[in-house]
Amino acid sequence: MGATLYDKLWQAHRVHEDADGTTLLYIDRHLVHEVTSPQAFEGLRLAGRKPWRTDSVLAVPDHNVPTTPRGQGVSDIVDPVSRLQVETLDQNCKEFGIREFTMNDPRQGIVHVIGPEQGATLPGMTVVCGDSHTSTHGAFGALAFGIGTSEVEHVLATQCLIQKKSKNMQVRVEGQLGPGVTAKDVVLAIIGEIGTAGGTGYAIEFAGSAIAALSMEGRMTVCNMAIEAGARAGMVAVDQTTIDYIANRPFAPRGELWPRAVAAWRELVSDPDAHFDRVVTLPAEAIAPQVTWGTSPEMVVAVDARVPDPQQVSDPVKREGMRKALAYMALEPGTAVQDIALDKVFIGSCTNSRIEDLRAAAAVAAGRRVADNVKLALVVPGSGLVKQQAEAEGLHEIFMAAGFQWREPGCSMCLAMNADRLEAGERCASTSNRNFEGRQGAGGRTHLVSPAMAAAAAVHGHFVDVRALETETR
Amino acid sequence: MEKFTRLDALVAPLDRANVDTDAIIPKQYLKSVKRSGFGPNLFDDWRYLTPGEPGQDHSQRPLNPDFVLNQPRYAGAQILLARENFGCGSSREHAVWALEDAGFRVVIAPSFADIFFNNCFKNGVLPVVVDGAVLDRLFAAVAAQEGYRLQVDLQAQQLRTPDGESIAFEVDEFRKYCLLNGLDDIGLTLQRAEAIGEYERRRRQEAPWLFA
Ligand code: SF4
Repeated sequence: MGATLYDKLWQAHRVHEDADGTTLLYIDRHLVHEVTSPQAFEGLRLAGRKPWRTDSVLAVPDHNVPTTPRGQGVSDIVDPVSRLQVETLDQNCKEFGIREFTMNDPRQGIVHVIGPEQGATLPGMTVVCGDSHTSTHGAFGALAFGIGTSEVEHVLATQCLIQKKSKNMQVRVEGQLGPGVTAKDVVLAIIGEIGTAGGTGYAIEFAGSAIAALSMEGRMTVCNMAIEAGARAGMVAVDQTTIDYIANRPFAPRGELWPRAVAAWRELVSDPDAHFDRVVTLPAEAIAPQVTWGTSPEMVVAVDARVPDPQQVSDPVKREGMRKALAYMALEPGTAVQDIALDKVFIGSCTNSRIEDLRAAAAVAAGRRVADNVKLALVVPGSGLVKQQAEAEGLHEIFMAAGFQWREPGCSMCLAMNADRLEAGERCASTSNRNFEGRQGAGGRTHLVSPAMAAAAAVHGHFVDVRALETETR
Repeated sequence: MEKFTRLDALVAPLDRANVDTDAIIPKQYLKSVKRSGFGPNLFDDWRYLTPGEPGQDHSQRPLNPDFVLNQPRYAGAQILLARENFGCGSSREHAVWALEDAGFRVVIAPSFADIFFNNCFKNGVLPVVVDGAVLDRLFAAVAAQEGYRLQVDLQAQQLRTPDGESIAFEVDEFRKYCLLNGLDDIGLTLQRAEAIGEYERRRRQEAPWLFA
């Protein structure tokens, strides 16, 4: 029987395996950010240990950085606790000899945006980071997953992790996506289908013609949210789209290594006779633009649907969960999604802050104005280089002319560790990945959508179906 | 890491599914560069009536009387009962640090999110998976009987109820061994330094671009 992509990646990184399957797995790329690393570096220091392979590590501050002008560097971080965390990363990287893109380096950005952008994420790698959205990097045919801080220390000290193999799941999306339907809608629809625990214990390979047709940006969006379906790792097989994206990036192989690497990467696909423990198939044509209504990404409906009614649900735990979510979100069952009005809009995060996302949002924003009831519409590029590219294309002017704010790169209002946040009771259309209670600020209410849907919501002040927008006059 | 062998402790019920790591420890507390001190902010948004910030004196904040863990009968509980998919969301180990700092050594649920589950074992906290029917009974028993306690025996892989019932649970051999002995697994892995070096030499030949 053939091997899945996941089987192949696992096999290639086994250093040692015990009889019960406990495996010492070698890690090729270790990404580090300021929030989940200080205790790991401290652990190394206390034990008198050194990093095993500093050239495998790339560090960047992203969660705490301000998105407002920050020309003075770290001293522009107003909150002293946040500032200390960023300074601690800088010091640790210096002390241990680790490469870091510091806050004002033009290459700085969200850790899951800069890895691929630099070519530091390559097919066939194991990639880890103390961050659950590390699954993003699986878009490159890599085995990429989030780890806790103790494991960050373990990888720093040993270049390995102790792991057990997950089961194989394949999620196939077949057919052609309709106009206005994006990778974000695809992954939200998948989560709506299998639930936030549907992928627990599995590594998910996303496949099928609709996935193959996605750009690398789109594939990253899908893999990014594998963790929201419960799977630590999501991945997509390597094809020409993957290889074209990587060519000539700063960390990519060059010269005589390039053809050798490409030949190896072409093997990174599941064999036709590979066995998956679970296969889920979705027809692409059935996917509409999605909007979450609750406090878990699985609480999602199509934009032309209504907020569901807990009374219709028989499982008592689920019904109670829906009731709590509706109460928190201040929504009545049966409300049309398009009647939900918004206070803020956030376009950014490691799910949707790449150039393609900004282009999609700008296409909707062009020639329109942010609605009066929307107090703040933020656009936060995923990295300094995305920002440069967007400015070269004039996207920032489109956004600013429409009344959006154009900011410096970072995680920003995805989790509101910096100053960008929702106030209690505020409702937000967000391109990020989590709508948990308080995620974007204590008491804040988050609806997850695609960049085009977020921009459309900003200019109308409530959700609208982007598919209907094309015909409307500006 | 603190050893875990057996525990006889008060049980507290948190009757919610999909309790996420943002709920367990909200993001503003992740700014700490320390590993301890997160206990007062466990379930912060549910526990207090006012929003909190790091560095504040949390003992001065008004408690939410409706939040189950604030009920005096659960004070000092070391075992938490929860529902499906406990610990979903982010990789933040702070979630486990907060539970541990607040005194919890065992979480019993029908399922856990993978990263959280893993993080528990690195911090001397034992996640126990039991099936839904057993869990329903435990929730009922805790509600019915004030001061309800369970015994947790890791060596025997059993929970024991006050009326003498034994409930078996599964635990991975290697993790059990580390927990019983309070072992730091970095030390264990470094015993294989030679094999790691060997692997690297081979990979450098096969795929040199991974070492650039
Ligand atoms: S953008 Fe959001 S989800 Fe992504 S790494 Fe930053 S905080 Fe995490």
